[in-house]
Amino acid sequence: MLASRALSLVSKRAISTSVCLRGGHGVAKVEDYALPVYFDRRENPLPDINYVQTLSPEQISLKEKEKGSWISLSNEEKIALYRISFKQSFAEMNQGSAEWKSVFGGVLFFIGFTGLVVLWQRKYVYGPVPPTFDDEHKAKELQRMLDMRINPVEGFSAKWDYENKQWKK
Amino acid sequence: DSGTGLHHCGEMFRAVFRLSATGARTPVATRCYSHGKVESDEEFDARWVTYFSKPDIDAWELKKGMNTLIGYDLVPEAKILDSALRACRRLNDMASAIRILEAIKDKAGPHKDIYPYLIQELKPTLTELGISTPEELGMDRL
Repeated sequence: MLASRALSLVSKRAISTSVCLRGGHGVAKVEDYALPVYFDRRENPLPDINYVQTLSPEQISLKEKEKGSWISLSNEEKIALYRISFKQSFAEMNQGSAEWKSVFGGVLFFIGFTGLVVLWQRKYVYGPVPPTFDDEHKAKELQRMLDMRINPVEGFSAKWDYENKQWKK
Repeated sequence: DSGTGLHHCGEMFRAVFRLSATGARTPVATRCYSHGKVESDEEFDARWVTYFSKPDIDAWELKKGMNTLIGYDLVPEAKILDSALRACRRLNDMASAIRILEAIKDKAGPHKDIYPYLIQELKPTLTELGISTPEELGMDRL
């Protein structure tokens, strides 16, 4: 009862197409998605249903012929029987595609586009860089680091030749 | 669900035709089970031959059996396939017979010598029943 009320909130149509809620009022309609489906997979060679469900008259007579000796079947008939039951052969289902080229091209394209966006941003969005980046300022920073004897043993100042005022060779 | 072989630890390696060692049969690996006895390769083969040999096997059972067998980490022995092909004959299902041959070729993967060997072993059955191989029908090419 509550379930039917809940369903009626969803849609009136939903009730008529969904499972009957009260016993004895009819047969539940089987939804398409609940039926076995055909699919070609390497790991499931024999699918639940045949590919072709409604047979043409030629196919029906071929199926009759199949009940007899298979030696009398021609190659075309055998292939036709195969195609009734199956959609793609293993060779067809395993074949690769050239899709990867499109994907790779698309990826590179969008990376390139992003690069353009970044360049535009640098020019039009970001303000100037602080004055501490000027060459003159950087030179003064460097001199100060040497005066402070930064990393004098093995690092920075160790590589500076204080006598000759140049970097050690 | 004994089909997946995940619960029965050894079933996956019941290598009737071990993919890792082409040609000669390797001895059964000893694994530490918490329960259950080890099934030998011969027992495995016999079980599957019996399964497909059921005289009144139905289409569902053939499909289920074949799909389960393909799920194992092995290429089935010729005698199991022979039994399965005869089951197809009883069910008047030529398409499935060809499909089975395609499936075992695919199952052998990089071990290219397994499929020709199996076809060679199955040749008497194939000619007797009139089953063409996918190669004879040109179905192995696009």
